[in-house]
Amino acid sequence: MADVALQPNRGAAQAARKRSSLHKMLKRKSTVAFLMTLPLILLIATLVIYPAFYALHLATLNKSMQRFVGLSNFEFLFRRETFWLVVKQSCIFAITAVVFKALLGFIIAHFVHNIPAKGQRKWRGMLLVPWVIPPAMSTLAWLWLFDPSYSAFNYTLSFFGIGPIPWTGDAMWARFSVILVNIWVGAPFFMIMYLAALKSVPEQLYEAAAIDGANWWQRIWYVTLPMMRNIIAITTLFSLIVTFANFDIVRILTAGGPLDHTHIFATWAFRIGIEGSDIPLGASVSLFMVPILAIAAIFILRDINKRGNEA
Amino acid sequence: MSRRKLSRRQFVAATALSSAALITAPYVRGAHAAGKLSIGFWDHWVPGANKASTDIVNAWAEKEKVEVQIDYIPSQGNKNLLTIAAEAQAKSGHDILAMPTWWPHAQAELLEPMNDVMEGLIKQNGEPNGTVKYLGQSKGKWLAVPASVGSQIKGPCSRIDLMKQHAGIDVQALYPAGAAPKADNWTLDTFLKAAEACHKGGVPFGIGLGETSDNVDTAGAIFQSFGAALVDEKGNVTVKTDAVRQALEFYKKLISFLPPDAGAWDDSSNNKWLVSGRGAMVMNPPSAWAVAKRDAPQVAEQCWTHGFPAGPKGRYAPYLSYFWGTWSFSKNKEAAKSVLRALSQADAIEKMCVASGGYDLPCYEKLTMLKVWQEEGPPKGTLYHYPNPHNHQTLSIAAAPAPPKIAQQIYTQATLTKMCLRYHKGEAMENVLAWAEGECEGFMRS
Repeated sequence: MADVALQPNRGAAQAARKRSSLHKMLKRKSTVAFLMTLPLILLIATLVIYPAFYALHLATLNKSMQRFVGLSNFEFLFRRETFWLVVKQSCIFAITAVVFKALLGFIIAHFVHNIPAKGQRKWRGMLLVPWVIPPAMSTLAWLWLFDPSYSAFNYTLSFFGIGPIPWTGDAMWARFSVILVNIWVGAPFFMIMYLAALKSVPEQLYEAAAIDGANWWQRIWYVTLPMMRNIIAITTLFSLIVTFANFDIVRILTAGGPLDHTHIFATWAFRIGIEGSDIPLGASVSLFMVPILAIAAIFILRDINKRGNEA
Repeated sequence: MSRRKLSRRQFVAATALSSAALITAPYVRGAHAAGKLSIGFWDHWVPGANKASTDIVNAWAEKEKVEVQIDYIPSQGNKNLLTIAAEAQAKSGHDILAMPTWWPHAQAELLEPMNDVMEGLIKQNGEPNGTVKYLGQSKGKWLAVPASVGSQIKGPCSRIDLMKQHAGIDVQALYPAGAAPKADNWTLDTFLKAAEACHKGGVPFGIGLGETSDNVDTAGAIFQSFGAALVDEKGNVTVKTDAVRQALEFYKKLISFLPPDAGAWDDSSNNKWLVSGRGAMVMNPPSAWAVAKRDAPQVAEQCWTHGFPAGPKGRYAPYLSYFWGTWSFSKNKEAAKSVLRALSQADAIEKMCVASGGYDLPCYEKLTMLKVWQEEGPPKGTLYHYPNPHNHQTLSIAAAPAPPKIAQQIYTQATLTKMCLRYHKGEAMENVLAWAEGECEGFMRS
């Protein structure tokens, strides 16, 4: 009898315990964080993960997409001279652009950091403009500056007896032009990231270095750079991925020419896949970026992780 | 209650009769037959030209009680090609979609045959030109209906004054308005001499060597004038021939008389060249002249559109055709075919040509003498020879007669202009040919 009488209470207690554990779970920061990021996770799954697997599937089909051919598309690419030209150019384009973006960003960040706080905001805003304008639009302006027949640069240079320079007509100059525009667009991102990192370096470290008699170079080498290493690594990795996958700048400025000498993975994939109606081969070209970027990501993230553990 | 029993024989006969009636019946609007139709037209760059096709479709829709939705899809940024690829992948989209040059063949497996539509249209409008047959037919099956909207010949557009002044050539006398051409002496040799003279005079011909369509089209026509093809109609690689060598030698000479930046030209460069008044000739449909009419009337007044120079193997001009295709997965194929018939009537074609200022070019033999080309100006008659009214030249497309799926690769990868540039830059002839041969072998993928 007593047992029977106790049953409802036990049930109520269990229910209360369940409610409280659900309550506890919901109160947990990680659960809240997960729920808040869930829409983004779903969005990424729909717009990134599904297309990525679909691209993998496409890369295994023949040209008319009616037959499974395994890795034949990759085998075919490895035998093409133009493919290796594109691999070489993508590496030259991405590495050169990222190095210069990082270097310029670092230098400009120092200049901005040394501007008195009152006027700094204006400079920060102005310097971010190239990064904020949609690249397709700003590249159109660059296209007019580099125009084969009516280049504003050549017009200006002509006053000094220089040129005309074939900005987009000669392989070397065309590579220079696309890299230059990429640096122009991307350097502000490095600048703003480095500026944030510079502001978080404790002033006491510089004071201690000054007491020890360190000059400006030693302060940068022994204080600033070690304190910024992680942000430099993350920014470089992020920029490397974005630059490798660049499409708009090259497409608008040179469309891969002259003689394919500025094609990078994305523009060549578009030429083959969409303009040439060979979607499986285009997908294979674009997927070739993945192993290159994966190796870079592994090295950079391992380095960051190692330093994190040391700390 | 009496029940009439249906015999097996009666059932078969009734089914056969109703099937035959359904198949042979023309598209008749009925309460359930009408439905909806979505159309993806090419977005014309001549202002106001879209209105003509909208009006024709709306008039048809009102008569047939069909609900129509029209999207105008631009070719800038290859938006139209992306749409074709996306709809082919999704197996869903517009009931009718405008497809340029190579795309009917590229999507051949997914397109509804149009033989029934084309039979009637050919009877009415005459035979389509050879390029349209090459691009629009596969194994006797019409893949799509040729569209006049967007179709064009990219022939020479010369400056009357500059050609007279520097090359001593009266292009109006060679191609008089309203009369057959008197251009027997208008050969590649004359053309080359004129190019040299105009170059010396500081007004070089504006012919590009980039990787876009305009550049490739000119190269294609000149190669064909020498009988040079990289791949023949059977799919054999024919790069290492005397004809290809001759074409390359010709181009090497020509390049030295072209603007030094021609290798970087895109499809807008030649238009700018003509409008700026810096050149004596470009290879373009009348769009460049139309822009000049608006922005530089003094240049437009001196423009004359005419035929290509003849080479040792004939006189060829690049013809680029647009098509209207219907997907095999379209939900309203009969309505689609009906509206395509309406759009391909002679009066509808003329209306669209007029709206485009004479830019659009029907492919049918009975429709090359429309008034619009005789009357457009200034100068009056400047477009008379644009539609090839006297069949003075063979209309073709670069990379033909290779099987279209291979030709598309040669065309898209701009193999012809790349060969010319490589040879001009000093690469040995045999190396250039070996490179092109390797490229063509790669294009054989199926």
